[in-house]
Amino acid sequence: MTVGVDLGQPQTQEVRADEDVVRVRQLVRAVAVAVKLSLVDQTKLVTAASELARNTLVYGGGGTVDVMTADNGRRRGVRIVFADSGPGIADLDLALTDGYTTGGGLGLGLSGARRLVDEFEIDTAAGQGTRITVTKWSR
Amino acid sequence: MERVPILKIGSILLVSIQVDMSDQTAVQLQEDLAERIVATGAHGVLIDITALDIVDSFVGRMLSTIASISKVLDAETVVVGMRPAVAITLVELGLSLNGIRTALNVERGMELIAAARDDDQDLDEDEDDAGPDGGPATETTASR
Ligand SMILES: Nc1ncnc2c1ncn2[C@@H]1O[C@H](COP(=O)(O)OP(=O)(O)OP(=O)(O)O)[C@@H](O)[C@H]1O
Ligand SMILES: [Mg+2]
Repeated sequence: MTVGVDLGQPQTQEVRADEDVVRVRQLVRAVAVAVKLSLVDQTKLVTAASELARNTLVYGGGGTVDVMTADNGRRRGVRIVFADSGPGIADLDLALTDGYTTGGGLGLGLSGARRLVDEFEIDTAAGQGTRITVTKWSR
Repeated sequence: MERVPILKIGSILLVSIQVDMSDQTAVQLQEDLAERIVATGAHGVLIDITALDIVDSFVGRMLSTIASISKVLDAETVVVGMRPAVAITLVELGLSLNGIRTALNVERGMELIAAARDDDQDLDEDEDDAGPDGGPATETTASR
């Protein structure tokens, strides 16, 4: 599926419902292809984005996902920001543990997504919402 | 909401997932399959994921759940056509597809279901002679 993407500026996808998670996957795929990530790296990034967008919806009560290209002088990459103004994560170490879930999932979304990307930053506190930034660089 | 079609081929149900499923679509497929297994008496479910370019924790869990449900309903589930990039990503994500049998393609999957069925029948015939290797038990010489 090819969605035309304007690489010049960040693309924003609201996440309010199930189908929006599908749209996030498609948007991330399109930008990853445009930046020429390898097929495996595209797959890893789209999978990570799917996990994080679902968390934004399920735990964050919805929010936004911004997808943009990144450039560090040597390599190009894709950067994605997941933001919600939900309850936030009180114990981050715990939430990042494989298998920890408060929602009856597998507890692999956060920890797994972190393994699938090159850079992973998380900004959250109880009552403060959650903002996660991930980057994947081309090889 | 899109719905994934389920085809019946002989005594096997074939599901070829062609769309990027929303979580709701995935859950619906789980329910539809359970109903169809019972309604048709199918003894195998073949899920072709050749067209899926990712499998995340939600879809992975759905596949495991379908395998468990069909087991309870006396049907064997085999997932076929996983792409290499998807397999690599699944491992790194940390997802183990519990209880899921996989095969390279639909044809091999069909063979696997047929073989599992034969094994089951062997076990049914001589329940107390279940060898650890699951190989075809030669006439009831229960000497161990
Ligand atoms: N955006 C968020 N806002 C609030 N809490 C969150 C957010 N994202 C994750 N969490 C918390 O972190 C826990 C772990 O998240 P993770 O994605 O790893 O597992 P899960 O969603 O419970 O299960 P899985 O993703 O494997 O189906 C969640 O159960 C939830 O308590
Ligand atoms: Mg999750």
